[in-house]
Amino acid sequence: MGSNNNHSGGNHSHHIIPKEIYTRVMWALIVFTLLTVGFHYLFHNVMHGSVLAAPVAFLIAAFKAALVLMFFMGLKYDKPDNRAIFATGFFFLALLFIICVLDIYTRVAETSTL
Amino acid sequence: MRGLMSTSNHSHGSGHHVAHHFRDAEHEFDSAKQGIWLFMVTEILMFGGLFVGYAIFHTIYPEMFSEGASHLDWRLGFVNTLVLIVSSYTMAMSIHHLQKNEKSEAVTKLWITVICGLVFMGIKAFEYYSKFSHGLLPGHLLDVAHAQAQHANLGMYYGFYFCMTGLHGLHVLIGMGLIVWLAIRAQRGDFGADYFTPVEGVGIFWHIVDLIWIFLFPLLYLVG
Repeated sequence: MGSNNNHSGGNHSHHIIPKEIYTRVMWALIVFTLLTVGFHYLFHNVMHGSVLAAPVAFLIAAFKAALVLMFFMGLKYDKPDNRAIFATGFFFLALLFIICVLDIYTRVAETSTL
Repeated sequence: MRGLMSTSNHSHGSGHHVAHHFRDAEHEFDSAKQGIWLFMVTEILMFGGLFVGYAIFHTIYPEMFSEGASHLDWRLGFVNTLVLIVSSYTMAMSIHHLQKNEKSEAVTKLWITVICGLVFMGIKAFEYYSKFSHGLLPGHLLDVAHAQAQHANLGMYYGFYFCMTGLHGLHVLIGMGLIVWLAIRAQRGDFGADYFTPVEGVGIFWHIVDLIWIFLFPLLYLVG
């Protein structure tokens, strides 16, 4: 028993993520943190403010978060169940965000005429 | 029958016995991990609500939020980001070592993770102290005159700041307590390639704490 589970390894041998992958992910996270600070310097001190500042910072953060989720938290190697659980949570957060964005931006446009 | 099998067949080198309501060790591990992921969804939605609130009020009062961020020292947030990244790495590595039955390496990595948590909280305490002493407090507690606030509602920014970093800091403290517990158990020989479920679960929790900080750092310290 236990041998015909749907895990790729079988016999409850867990996938061991190689040390090199963890090391590379850590360095990538550090580099992207430096990039966040670099872009901030560019937008804030060189260009004295840009509409791109927030979206760029958010995009880099999202990419870093994806690295943490896939490798450190192991979702890349995990069962579809756990990926689906995460995706469900993420979906509802995105829904909350989108509805609020629609509300706020349409509301500002209406009240500005007063 | 199944109960008999689970007591006779599923004791491991680590001395862990599979609970009788699970088929085998794999079933027990997967169930525990699934529970942790469901818990992570509640974490994502809890912090997500705060992030969405931040986005809404940032849109309404962009200058006030910008003033709030200007009072924070981004270098401290930057160092704390690096500290948490390293701690996530050592946490992941401790599991890697346990899967290879390298006990002492795993224990060392767990203690390094705890030390990183201590450094993070130390820097956070320093930041909080500096905000308190300048009257930069949440809501109506804000000392407008002492803080020389340009916006009377700057207390809202600090409401978000203290709520989000406070809740996050509480997670770091709880995570540190759990990792101390793991390090003691790992030292005792409770974990190995056959059984490391608690380390896996706490690890996922610790990584989400890192993940939330990845968003908090640019949002609070840089973009403002």
